[in-house]
Amino acid sequence: MTARTTILSLPREEYVHPGNRACTGCGLGIAYRIGLKALGPDTIVIVPPSCLTVLQGLFPVASTKLPSLNVTFASTAAAATGVLEALKAQGREHTKVVAWAGDGGTADIGIQSLSGACERGDDFLFLCYDNEGYMNTGVQRSGTTPQGAITANTPLKGKMQQKKDVAAIMTAHGIDYVATASAAYPLDLYDKIRKAISLKGVKYIHIHTPCPPGWGYDTRYTVKIGELAVETGYWDLYEVEKGEFRLTGASAGTLKKGTRKPVKEYLQAQSRFRIMSPEQATDVQARVDAKWSTYASGEGC
Amino acid sequence: MHIIETGNVAAALGVQLAGVQVVAAYPITPQTPLTEKLSELIEAGEMDARYVPVESEHSALAVCIGASSAGARAFTATSANGLLYMHEQVHWAAGARLPIVMCVANRAVGAPWNIWNDHQDSISQRDTGWIQIYSCDHQQIIDDTLKAFRVAETTSIPVMVCYDGYLLSHTYMPFAVPEQEMVARFLPPFHPSYALDPDAPANLNTVTLPEIRMDVHGEMAHGYMEIRYLLQEDLRNAVQVVEETDAAFQELFGRGGVPLVEPYRCDDAEYVVVAMGSLTYQLWDVIDALRTEGHKVGVLGVRLYRPFPDAAVAAALQGARGVFVMEKALSYGYEGALCSDLKSALYDHLPDKSRAPFVKGLVAGIGGREIKTVDLTDALRSGLAGSIPGPGWIGIRL
Amino acid sequence: MGTRGYRYKTSHSLPGPGDGGNTGSWRVQRPVIDLTRCTPAKRGVEACFSCWLYCPDVVVSRTIPPQIDYAYCKGCGICAEECPTKAITMVDESVCHEREEG
Repeated sequence: MTARTTILSLPREEYVHPGNRACTGCGLGIAYRIGLKALGPDTIVIVPPSCLTVLQGLFPVASTKLPSLNVTFASTAAAATGVLEALKAQGREHTKVVAWAGDGGTADIGIQSLSGACERGDDFLFLCYDNEGYMNTGVQRSGTTPQGAITANTPLKGKMQQKKDVAAIMTAHGIDYVATASAAYPLDLYDKIRKAISLKGVKYIHIHTPCPPGWGYDTRYTVKIGELAVETGYWDLYEVEKGEFRLTGASAGTLKKGTRKPVKEYLQAQSRFRIMSPEQATDVQARVDAKWSTYASGEGC
Repeated sequence: MHIIETGNVAAALGVQLAGVQVVAAYPITPQTPLTEKLSELIEAGEMDARYVPVESEHSALAVCIGASSAGARAFTATSANGLLYMHEQVHWAAGARLPIVMCVANRAVGAPWNIWNDHQDSISQRDTGWIQIYSCDHQQIIDDTLKAFRVAETTSIPVMVCYDGYLLSHTYMPFAVPEQEMVARFLPPFHPSYALDPDAPANLNTVTLPEIRMDVHGEMAHGYMEIRYLLQEDLRNAVQVVEETDAAFQELFGRGGVPLVEPYRCDDAEYVVVAMGSLTYQLWDVIDALRTEGHKVGVLGVRLYRPFPDAAVAAALQGARGVFVMEKALSYGYEGALCSDLKSALYDHLPDKSRAPFVKGLVAGIGGREIKTVDLTDALRSGLAGSIPGPGWIGIRL
Repeated sequence: MGTRGYRYKTSHSLPGPGDGGNTGSWRVQRPVIDLTRCTPAKRGVEACFSCWLYCPDVVVSRTIPPQIDYAYCKGCGICAEECPTKAITMVDESVCHEREEG
């Protein structure tokens, strides 16, 4: 078991330029910046329409220092496969192929091509940064928007449906590595990416990514909100490596401790949950409790 | 070497000879035997390419876009609704200036479902910025496919090679298969001007503003409008590239010579019938019959449809009294797209518009309706006599 | 002056800072580091660097002491929130401008 990376042992090289168009306090800014340190310069990035498109810059200036391919919304995984196959055909397999997609480009419009790539066993890393909505286009609801959240399409009643459990869907594909992470725990994310790129087939990491304008909190709390999600057990850090499930980092710590902060601390910190009824909040707590009792009993995810 | 094989196999052999490196395809009738042949060649080790069995046509072209962007020669094939499904990507490949080649086994589009031949699928892609070629027999299929890669890589514009589903894709004809060593002299390995490269990082096809903007070197970079203008400019100049490529091919292989249009008995024709694909050669029999009856008629096959060879078409028709454009597709709400384009070419190029030929658009073979030579002959006889009965849909049974 | 001679025919962007312009102009508040409380500054050794870790915009340098690139800092306040010794405070831009002009 390799030692966990610390702030001081993180590579110093930066792969992103400052002065990009990401929102103030953007959670993706942290995840992307640290994530690229884990990937290194011998990487090609594939990006569908999303906040990252904008963060990476408008023609002719790129805030990313890596070669990057923008593709249509539904095609991220397929385009990544294409890049991969070209590299193989040219004997350039040392270059890593990494897709960075938002939740929409992963789990809604992008899920078909991602599923196909998993079934084929294509050799790339797919990172989903989940800010729980179509944030780039103005906070519309997505499949991963949690129940009760106010969005531009659910402005008065909040989203009715549950958040899509994408990591579980990916695990069901039987790929060798599925992990959940958070922009608020960048060192955990870093280590997971380092592990993933050493494995074969499609590797998938789902990164919970707080978004100040979309979630409704002051920009300085991006890391705090992300941590609260994990500390309440609402969002868990785990990996499933060749079918074997384990909690990691702060979530593993929570399991050991046996207690979690109440979920309503997390919900009340964001204005997007302001119209949630007490019954809905109770339901959320009950679901989180049920999930954690399966962890405690060792049933896994 | 001459063989007797199907149109789909002819296309597959062209792809093999071209040294394609990445193939991605999704099965759809009547394209499937083409992809099956490629799978067989690759698995047998007779073709050194990577085959990606994608889960949709949209992904098929996405794989090609990724592969081509990373420097590999890429190919896909489809028909009908498969082509329509990848329509977004068709636009994308052209705007990204990727030299992808795609074969389209022409088939009618839904709704309702129909698996038989017409041209609606590829005709509906004419605005996307792809080069479009219509092959009329198996020899043209294999030769056009080979030429397509060279044209695409010379112009950095993707090329669509279209051939009739079933009528060409599934029928057997004899044709010559070029020798691999000769092909190597015709088509060098793919060397893109840029391929995704960590040593020269760039961010491709990101959001591009309406206005021009300064780049990191202090130079003014294009806006979206300039990038699109350059596609159009290069597409118009591609007419010449298609001609030059055909000439180079003809020098090596002794075949070709009709890269833009293929005239038959047009020199002294008073009336010309215009068509694309296999219908062209069927019309040769019709014209021969009408000639024995004393009519001075000819056939003009249009081989390059996009960029539209307006000058060549107008030149071939300028002496005629009348033109009949026979199409297997429609720009619904108006008329056949080839008919409109042809009229526009005549309007632009004829020095004396008072002597312009009349142009009559006819529709045939929609949804694979059998086009009988006798029906064609009857329709044209009526046309030559002064009137086509009804709306000009040959073989319609209302 | 047109772009006819521009080197690329496609949307081909090269890496560089400031795609969003001077994003420092977005700020309402700016982070100010109190070097008497900042651990690496105080001790003169590599330590902490939480501000560097959590900055979404790569405007905090991993130096002793950490320094902030105010040309691009958007003033999100994450560094101030996450600093374990509360060495960073967010100060109104208007106050900073007064100081700069005064």
